[in-house]
Amino acid sequence: MNHEAPLALDVLGIPWLDFNLSNVLMMFIASAIVFIFAVMASRNLQRKPRGWQNFIEWLIDFIKGIIGSNMDWKTGRKFLPLGLTLFTYIFVANMLGVITMAVFGHELWWKSPTSDAGITLTLATMVVVLTHYYGIKEKGAKEYGKDFFRPLPFLFPFKIIEEFANTLTLGLRLYGNIYAGEILLTLLAGLAVSSVGGFFGAAIPLLAWQGFSTFIGFIQAFIFTMLTMVYMSHKVSSDH
Amino acid sequence: MGAYTGWLVIGAEGGLMVGDMLVQLIFFLVLLALLGKFAWGPLMDMLKERESYISNEIDTAEKSREEAQKMQRDASEELKKTRQDAQAIIEEAKKTAGQQEQSIINSARTEAERIKVSAREEIEQEKEKAIQALQDKVASLSVLIASKVIEKELSEQDQQKLIDEYIKEVGEER
Repeated sequence: MNHEAPLALDVLGIPWLDFNLSNVLMMFIASAIVFIFAVMASRNLQRKPRGWQNFIEWLIDFIKGIIGSNMDWKTGRKFLPLGLTLFTYIFVANMLGVITMAVFGHELWWKSPTSDAGITLTLATMVVVLTHYYGIKEKGAKEYGKDFFRPLPFLFPFKIIEEFANTLTLGLRLYGNIYAGEILLTLLAGLAVSSVGGFFGAAIPLLAWQGFSTFIGFIQAFIFTMLTMVYMSHKVSSDH
Repeated sequence: MGAYTGWLVIGAEGGLMVGDMLVQLIFFLVLLALLGKFAWGPLMDMLKERESYISNEIDTAEKSREEAQKMQRDASEELKKTRQDAQAIIEEAKKTAGQQEQSIINSARTEAERIKVSAREEIEQEKEKAIQALQDKVASLSVLIASKVIEKELSEQDQQKLIDEYIKEVGEER
């Protein structure tokens, strides 16, 4: 249980530049898997879809549905690539830790990158910053600024707090779910390898928990994408 | 166990890893850009192309359906016209046949009339001729009788007898 993270502190002598190398590795793997999957699925595109094309088109429809439930398609279409990438990346990242966890020496190398709060908060911050960017771009700086005083001027402080709260909850929700899942998986795996009885005792809960974690991973990716679009629609739609 | 509980705290490994965060941001943006270029872009183009293809197909189908309907209408109109023409031809034929029948009957009637008239004329002529012949015969007989009378000075009785005889003779001859 006493796994440590493979840290690389003060890289290049810069005091604040610290890396958790397992995170870097897993982010790379997750990105690579998403990239390879998406590119493979969108090779040989045909008018009449076959095989993987069906799946990826279903995925596009799924994300379209998420966007469509928050804003009209004319404004929302430009967020489709963002939604698709977010969803697939987070889902794959969540799944990586469910499939297996690998420890080399005493260092935990293979895990979900999304089980690190820094990473999920980065994604959340990026999303919130993007909502502001598109808010200004779509409605103009004046309308964007006015939105902070709507519907009532005295709500302005709460609006400011809301932005930070959104960022925090968006990032920490994902982190908490995935991290908790990994903790339990680690504990169960530890129990399974401890003794023969422990193996039989832990096998079934481990399987069940992996199934549940898969479900959680999907749901969290969905929620993250959904909330991204909700925040986005708050900023870009004038009817909210 | 101390290390384990340490895990539960956010960034317990020594605060948030700024490097990780930067790497995540860069990775995600690069992934977004790459996927946009290599996966989502072509897919979206594909979807749009299919959409336009389908709408084109629908338009074409609509058009050909309209065309087919028009053709059907034309055909049924044509058929109706043909039927009317046929009806007219039959009417015409019937009328002509009626006229012909009438004219044949008429001509037959006039012919019969003519034949009857000519037959009557012929009969008249024959009768005329017969009367003429009879008159001639009577004349010659009278002459004959007169000559006989002259020939024989006959008694009244004999004369009577002779006349009877000749009349009888004439009657027999006729």
